[in-house]
Amino acid sequence: MMVTARRSVWVPHAILIAGLALVLFPVYVALIASTHNLADILAAPMSLAPGRLLFSNFAEAMSAGTAKTSGQPVVAMMLNSLVMALVIAGGKIAISLPSAYAVVFFRFPLRKLCFWAIFVTLMLPVEVRIIPTYKIAADLSLIDRYAGLTLPLVASATATLLFRQFFLTIPDELVEAAKIDGAGPWRFFIDTVIPLSRTNIAALFVILFIFGWNQYLWPLLVTNTPSMTTIVIGIRQMIGNGDTQTEWHIVMATALLAILPPVMVVLLMQRWFVRGLVESEK
Amino acid sequence: MERRVIFAGWLFPAVLLLPQLAVTIVFFFWPAAQAIEQSVLREDAFGLSTNFVGLENFSALFADPDYLDSFGITAFFSAAVAVLALAPGLLLAVMADRVVRGAAFYKTVLLLPYAIAPAIAGVLWMFLFNPSIGVLAAGLRWLGVDWNYLLNERQAVLLVILAAAWKQISYNFLFFLAGLQSIPASLLEASAIDGATPRRRFWTIVFPLLAPTTFFLLVVNMVYAFFDTFGVIHNVTQGGPGKATEILVYKVWYDGIVGLDLGGSAAQSVVLMAIVIGLTAIQFRFIERRVHYA
Repeated sequence: MMVTARRSVWVPHAILIAGLALVLFPVYVALIASTHNLADILAAPMSLAPGRLLFSNFAEAMSAGTAKTSGQPVVAMMLNSLVMALVIAGGKIAISLPSAYAVVFFRFPLRKLCFWAIFVTLMLPVEVRIIPTYKIAADLSLIDRYAGLTLPLVASATATLLFRQFFLTIPDELVEAAKIDGAGPWRFFIDTVIPLSRTNIAALFVILFIFGWNQYLWPLLVTNTPSMTTIVIGIRQMIGNGDTQTEWHIVMATALLAILPPVMVVLLMQRWFVRGLVESEK
Repeated sequence: MERRVIFAGWLFPAVLLLPQLAVTIVFFFWPAAQAIEQSVLREDAFGLSTNFVGLENFSALFADPDYLDSFGITAFFSAAVAVLALAPGLLLAVMADRVVRGAAFYKTVLLLPYAIAPAIAGVLWMFLFNPSIGVLAAGLRWLGVDWNYLLNERQAVLLVILAAAWKQISYNFLFFLAGLQSIPASLLEASAIDGATPRRRFWTIVFPLLAPTTFFLLVVNMVYAFFDTFGVIHNVTQGGPGKATEILVYKVWYDGIVGLDLGGSAAQSVVLMAIVIGLTAIQFRFIERRVHYA
């Protein structure tokens, strides 16, 4: 054990507590705002002690949204976000597992080319090809559909790279044993490779779920009808633009509802999340 | 690296690759090709005919003071976001690495902003700093600061930087902590025995050993600031006041979707692609080096 001065016992704690305050303060203020009514918030500065309207504000947000601006119930938006996040996360994993398997366990013409084609998609995030991707989505009549919301984001170089990396570490003996037992490539994939990949799949799922839930630019482009709005987009529409008074108590309740699912995923699956994040960036 | 033992055949792997390749071609290569094609074309004012104009869209772009301004804004914005997200991330990671009691709790809470969408981070911060009702805006006024980010360009830039950096601290914290925990304790113990203070141990041993992590994070943070902060800008300032917070990604979207200047927007897309490719190339060169370190 290293000898350390007494001072160094409380200094780290003080700095970490300041860090916690920095992280939590904006969320705390949002939580407090969601317990007041609009008049209390507009009587600036708002009190930083909790009010009594937490449940009624959340209930109003969930069922009605903000009447003055969007009028969309937040529950519907959350459902759209959930579908989007699940389809993106599940879809990325579902198409990356087989493609990584094909690249690692077979030799076929153009194999390298296929791998590179997937790899370079890392360099083409949706932000840099907005308009043409939008045009293609429109041509394929994907606007205002779940397919349009999710399909263009489903291709994933990251997941393919991670699975490839992992597949390369599977011992040759396992493959040989499977062959001796008469298992074909499909059996081996289903009975051996996928069960071995379980932790990797869980880790990726956490990160991809958060990625999907938090999408902004693409859903903004590809959805027009209010019934397709996701919660992260919906909040923007709830904030008035001068003509109408923003119902901040409802907006803040909605912001917290938008944060809740990804935060829960991180909290409940922290171990996989940390692992997945550090691994997938290698 | 290759496997020695493999399966025979080409049809089955082709089928396995098909979904990934189909999505990649339809939603990545086709639009990227169209962006490049579109960037050398120009539509007339009525949208009746389209002509090949060579690199004119690009020369127009770089002759446009607004675009050059947007470049400058983006450079300053990304540098500021990277520094403001990296420094607290490193400080907190070093402290979290030092404490024993409560370490797991600190770590869990500090990770939370990672889960928050940049757009939502923007909403939280604009509420804190809303000129008429914001809690922190009231504090600033009490201190005598004339705070109104809706009118003051510098304040607007500052606010979007803070919101964007706040969300990214978690990510940097996590990677710095992982980096710190991989430093052998024996190195630190040896220098402690030699009488080095914690501060000296940090600057002579820890910081140099973290250099690869820092460099990797610098690139990741730049990419984040360039592309993922669209939601922050769109929520908090809409590029304003004036064009003070119009970063490149926001401008591509605005010119293409709101302004309907397809050729110009496509040329901007191509420039952005070049930037991402450059940043990714730097990142991968570095990763090869990091393998060397490990």
